[in-house]
Amino acid sequence: MTTHDPTIPPPRRLKPWNAVERGLARVGITGRMLVLIAPLIWLLVFFLVPLAVVFGISLTSKQFGRPPYTPLLTSEEGTVQLTLHLNNYIRLFTDNLYVAAYLSSIRIAAIATIITLLVGYPMAYAIARAPDRWRNILLMLVVLPFFTSFLLRVYALTGFMRGNGVINQFLGLFGIEPIVMMQTDFAVYVGIVYTYLPFMILPLYTTLVKLDVSLFEASADLGARPIHTFLFVTLPLSLPGIIAGSMLVFIPAIGEFVIPSLLGGPETLMIGRVLWDEFFSATNWPRASAVAVAMLLVVVVPIMLLQRAQGAVVEK
Amino acid sequence: MRRGWFLPIAAALGFSFLYAPIVSLVIFSFNESSLVTVWSGFSTKWYGELFRDPQLLGAAWLSLQIAALSASIALVLGTLAAIALVRFRRFRGRTLFAGMVSAPLVMPDVITGLSLLLLFVAMEGFLGWPQGRGMLTIVIAHATFCTAYVCVVVQSRLSDFDRSLEEAAMDLGASPVRTFFDITLPIIAPALVSGWLLGFTLSLDDLVIASFVSGPGSSTLPMVIFSKVRLGVSPDVNALASIIIGIVALGVLAATIIQLRTKPKNRQV
Amino acid sequence: MAKKPQQLAIDTRPWRDTANNKPFVRIKNVSKKFGDIIAVHEVSLDIYKSELFCLLGGSGSGKSTLLRMLAGFENPTSGTIEIDGQDMTEVPPYNRPVNMMFQSYALFPHMSVEQNIAYGLKRDGLPRAEIAARVNELLALVKLQDYGKRKPHQLSGGQRQRVALARALAKRPKLLLLDEPLGALDKKLREETQFELVKIQEQLGVTFIVVTHDQEEAMTLATRIGVMNQGEIAMIGEPTDIYEFPNSRFVANFIGSANMVEGVVSEDEPDHVRIRSSELGCDIYVGHGVDCAPEQRLWWAIRPEKMVLSREKPAGLHGANVATGIVEEIAYLGDISVYQIALASGKRLRVSQTNSVRGNPDAITWEETVYVTWDEDAGSVLTS
Repeated sequence: MTTHDPTIPPPRRLKPWNAVERGLARVGITGRMLVLIAPLIWLLVFFLVPLAVVFGISLTSKQFGRPPYTPLLTSEEGTVQLTLHLNNYIRLFTDNLYVAAYLSSIRIAAIATIITLLVGYPMAYAIARAPDRWRNILLMLVVLPFFTSFLLRVYALTGFMRGNGVINQFLGLFGIEPIVMMQTDFAVYVGIVYTYLPFMILPLYTTLVKLDVSLFEASADLGARPIHTFLFVTLPLSLPGIIAGSMLVFIPAIGEFVIPSLLGGPETLMIGRVLWDEFFSATNWPRASAVAVAMLLVVVVPIMLLQRAQGAVVEK
Repeated sequence: MRRGWFLPIAAALGFSFLYAPIVSLVIFSFNESSLVTVWSGFSTKWYGELFRDPQLLGAAWLSLQIAALSASIALVLGTLAAIALVRFRRFRGRTLFAGMVSAPLVMPDVITGLSLLLLFVAMEGFLGWPQGRGMLTIVIAHATFCTAYVCVVVQSRLSDFDRSLEEAAMDLGASPVRTFFDITLPIIAPALVSGWLLGFTLSLDDLVIASFVSGPGSSTLPMVIFSKVRLGVSPDVNALASIIIGIVALGVLAATIIQLRTKPKNRQV
Repeated sequence: MAKKPQQLAIDTRPWRDTANNKPFVRIKNVSKKFGDIIAVHEVSLDIYKSELFCLLGGSGSGKSTLLRMLAGFENPTSGTIEIDGQDMTEVPPYNRPVNMMFQSYALFPHMSVEQNIAYGLKRDGLPRAEIAARVNELLALVKLQDYGKRKPHQLSGGQRQRVALARALAKRPKLLLLDEPLGALDKKLREETQFELVKIQEQLGVTFIVVTHDQEEAMTLATRIGVMNQGEIAMIGEPTDIYEFPNSRFVANFIGSANMVEGVVSEDEPDHVRIRSSELGCDIYVGHGVDCAPEQRLWWAIRPEKMVLSREKPAGLHGANVATGIVEEIAYLGDISVYQIALASGKRLRVSQTNSVRGNPDAITWEETVYVTWDEDAGSVLTS
């Protein structure tokens, strides 16, 4: 050995982990498999299989008893019989309640998403351009409501908007008649914007804060007025953030249950609420399952959009 | 760059929109009158009322237990999933795995709740387990969607991770497992803490999924609050909300202060 | 800064006597593919004990991949790596008698300087007292005695670099791999640290393999340099060999600057070669034999400082080695000036001259017609 102190050879200590690893490798189990196996099995059993079960039960029919649906497979004298009922799906397309609920869910979620974007974009932009020491505090202020209970925030809105609530009392000071806000679609919009605003601001902020200030300076230097710089430089570059934020609001808003049931009126139709009622009030599990399957189909495209946009947000 | 007036004003309005309802809720929690919106004098009686409500206290305790358990399960599963996704570039079924990990993030709650309930019912029919529904089934349901959140948080930390740190440890004689515990784990620890807290908060907050998979006698706090709120505004819920908001605000504030305090120290040489 | 010549002559140039010296590191026909991309192609390389060997190359030349294979982070697709007579192919990085200093230093951010240095020793299960003693020894070696309790983020760039070196040396590796060891330091610090590194290497006698893209760094540090290009070794040699006797156009161009001239062999004798070059507008007389054939097309490379400028036509050698042109550009660099001479063929030569006279009023200036001449052994004849 050429080291300057060759007298002490480093003692070899038994390393138990090495032995364990080698032992496992011998029976064909690699470290990779050990890491993967637990989350994989958990998610298969508690995420993927349940969706399959929902699909299966959506093809049965309601019956009285436990469980409250007809069995998919019946065996009679040794032969296994598969019974599929399509009546739930047929009802979805023929019963006006369901069609209207779907359309109205999409409409409400879309309008609320646009409002959230209009409210959230300037906020995200202001935070991204704020001085460094302010930025963290402002971000904390955005995240803070997210950590407080969703349910309680919706509840806080009810106190704010009801007939004798804070807003109407405030308007009363100026002699303005109380406005009916609760139990309207308007209240649902406010509710969605209010509760989902952080989901919009955060991805927008992430893309906006990464934009190099010199881009705006270059644009201004080349003679663009601020509005043009915004339209032709800022907006296109923040598109991934816009898509990601919008989808993060739109997708859960479609299936929203708490907001329409606490803030909306009886005529506020949303599919999440319909599913809930179908399950809890009508105890029609197969019908509820069919509603869920159809809802999944509605959100699949937005989910794919979201995945692509999130990739772009992270990459930049 | 010239700064206009538009952005600061828009931001100020936005923040007041976010906070005004919360502030008014806290103020009215000290209202004497049971009519929540008419101020009639300062009082803390609703807070007292809160602690004499055994149903509410029981539900709060149950919710805390469920949140701690499911966040812990999710921490392990989500971290493993994040390691697999960041470190194993290619394996069979990677797309399916990545999809299963991230889908619960955006899956509408009603679907998650319904599907898990149907699964539990079917499993009970076939396997006899889980018997009935209650805390166990809620924990399983919450752990599943919290796993997705933990995974996202840990994943972003891991992909910033300088791989040469691990290589350096192995180069100095540490086996891969040893390297994980000595180097990787301590460095991603902040992400693990925030992942766990996120899971805890989300579990504590969930109404819809818990409503589907809970059984008789296992009502979580949000379920109790929801049934109270559905009947109209109740002042003790105001008090409860104020307590929760206070705890969360203190927690987030403490975290921010710790961050700000440690930062300048890091810079000095 | 490379080792003093007399020292080299005595003991440390084993690569000049391969018959009596066994290489310490043997890289045999090593290739590495990442998918379809060949990062390293059929590299064979022998490195001797106590060498400070530099792998020099641009980005993507495969030098880092080769280093990572030595450390054990990548496995060769084919070929073998032997260290001290042992085949390393199946040995994982944590069981190799090799340590590495990382380009990013890879200091563990959650551990103090002492803990970083002690990490490898702890993995070997050495007794506590021994570890402490060794850590102190190393802190003294890199002159960081007072910094043991600090965390990496509380150190300057140069201090971090020294901690990384100390950590890599702690286990007394037989072979130390250094990936761009000075890359993250600013110019001045880099020059100082070069000295330090060579001093420590000589003091400990450990074999160093250094990867760098900086040719100056390689020239000052190395006992030998391996120039890499597109996954292959383009040339192996001592710094002077690489600069003065490049074996290919790539090496001549990559190291320093060179004028590259195309020509055809007109006389091919054992003691001299004459090359006809229409680019130069004159013949090139080379005072030694070259392995080539008459009428063969080849290249001739000459360094700017190996040529002389004059206003009067010089005598030349055997009616060759005198080109003429017009001064087109002059770059005044203080100690030297670099002249760009446009020849009649349109070819441009770069010639550097020492500014030995202060404020010389008679210096050659723009638009002057000048003669360029050179010695019979000043250039290199290249066939590839």
